[in-house]
Amino acid sequence: MSSSFISFDPFSFLIDPLSHDFMRRALMISSCVGAVCGLLSCYMTLKGWALMGDAVSHAVMPGVVVAYALGLPFSLGAFVFGVGSVALIGYVKQKSRVKEDTVIGLVFTGFFALGLVLVSKIKSNIDLMHILFGSPLGISDSDVKQTLLICLIVVAVLITFRRDFMLYCFDPTHARSIGINTGVLHYLLLSILSLAAVAGLQTVGIILVVAMLITPGATAYLLTDRFDRMTILAVISSVISSLLGVYISYWSDIETGGSIVLVQTTLFLLAFLFAPRYGILKINNSSNN
Amino acid sequence: MDLYRNNGEPDFLRIEAEELCVDYNGTVALYDASLKLKSGCICGLVGMNGAGKTTFFKALMGFVRPSRGKILINGRSVPESQRDQAVAYVPQNEGIDCSFPVSVWDVVMMGRYGSMNFLRVPRESDKRAVVDALERVELLDLRKRPIGALSGGQRKRAFLARAIAQRASVLLLDEPFSGVDIRTEKLMSELFLQLRQDGRSILISTHDLSHVRDFCDVVVLINKTVLAYGNTSEVFTSENLSMTFGGMTPDPISGSISSED
Repeated sequence: MSSSFISFDPFSFLIDPLSHDFMRRALMISSCVGAVCGLLSCYMTLKGWALMGDAVSHAVMPGVVVAYALGLPFSLGAFVFGVGSVALIGYVKQKSRVKEDTVIGLVFTGFFALGLVLVSKIKSNIDLMHILFGSPLGISDSDVKQTLLICLIVVAVLITFRRDFMLYCFDPTHARSIGINTGVLHYLLLSILSLAAVAGLQTVGIILVVAMLITPGATAYLLTDRFDRMTILAVISSVISSLLGVYISYWSDIETGGSIVLVQTTLFLLAFLFAPRYGILKINNSSNN
Repeated sequence: MDLYRNNGEPDFLRIEAEELCVDYNGTVALYDASLKLKSGCICGLVGMNGAGKTTFFKALMGFVRPSRGKILINGRSVPESQRDQAVAYVPQNEGIDCSFPVSVWDVVMMGRYGSMNFLRVPRESDKRAVVDALERVELLDLRKRPIGALSGGQRKRAFLARAIAQRASVLLLDEPFSGVDIRTEKLMSELFLQLRQDGRSILISTHDLSHVRDFCDVVVLINKTVLAYGNTSEVFTSENLSMTFGGMTPDPISGSISSED
């Protein structure tokens, strides 16, 4: 593997890994998850739900463990605990004087700790490292199917309600005043956040899922003032990151999740520096137009 | 279609509130508030912070359920009027995320969402309504600008255009003149008069009395309940104002207790 780095050939860099079945699968599933999380990340960043994304992704941990122990699909357990944590956050916030960010931090660490305790107590063949850091290179057939199904559901919901979600993020008061049920939208968005977190943990793991859910959106936000363009840019940057991350991970034998997220972070840094209008090195200095 | 043309009746009642009571978990925000507002009038809603202006707006938009009393808008219940797109809320500038990636066109188009199918695909008629609304507030040339690139006054007009595109017959304006320069103020007041001509009713929530005297036909003084309402010249007595502002009498001649111009 390492010899190929000495004589770098872009063609073999891209094509050679495709001879492996596990690589084809990893690239396919990573780009699907990347596209879905990238699309959702636009709403997360605009709504200011980064912390919520972090919370939900950590809170699904005990769900995954319980589902594996009971022989149920992992995504079912994860979804129940993801939505449960969101409901609990809402309930505690409403019924106590504790501020929201405190409640979020409190609930998700509690759930995550419960997950860790369960893993150590329930004797099973769960690989903690797979859950925490993802393993797209070693993903099983049934996990592939579940993840693809989740991606399909999330994309369908996001595309159907894209205008409503956008309006809800921008001006919930107006949305309500024209008869849109914002309560339903709120929980729908949180539900698909839980689902996307479940999909994302397949590729980058629980710890780093939040990056999938915010970084592409933040990158795209620096590049455009149009919402539709932002969603397209976010999806593109997210898919590129996922593919490139998997390739780099394959060739240099590094952790896949970390590699994907590092590519995302790099793209963000590039946008942060060089974005036409909002980069700190404003290349296109056409001031106010 | 033209709901706000009130079927030719000049005295058509836009808003009818009868002995309205609203409380939040036992805390009374508004009690026994009664009010009748005709079509084609500009009404100032004057009161201190916490006097119930926002609560009254929320009740008209159907955000809070009154514990007692009833509201009719165009003779219909609040949920029905919501379905008719009859009430539009024009927010204060401070309540908007100006860095949100939407253009002026997008914002005004949001006024049409309630009349579109659930995928919110704009039809030709929606686009025409948006163009019309933008023309009326003189922002058609700036329609491609991101909302964040507008000045404060232009942004206010953009949200007014959204309410116009919605074809709402009742417009709820929250402090429309705060942080607006003289030119915009003039443009907006002309616009209000036009909207009144259409037969729409405009409810302006403010604590700035000078503007109320200049623009409003009718004024409602509010402090947990409706203290007085009627023609501006009759209601604006120092006695009434003193009651509204809890003993601190603003000068009714020169205007406001907190003019921000």
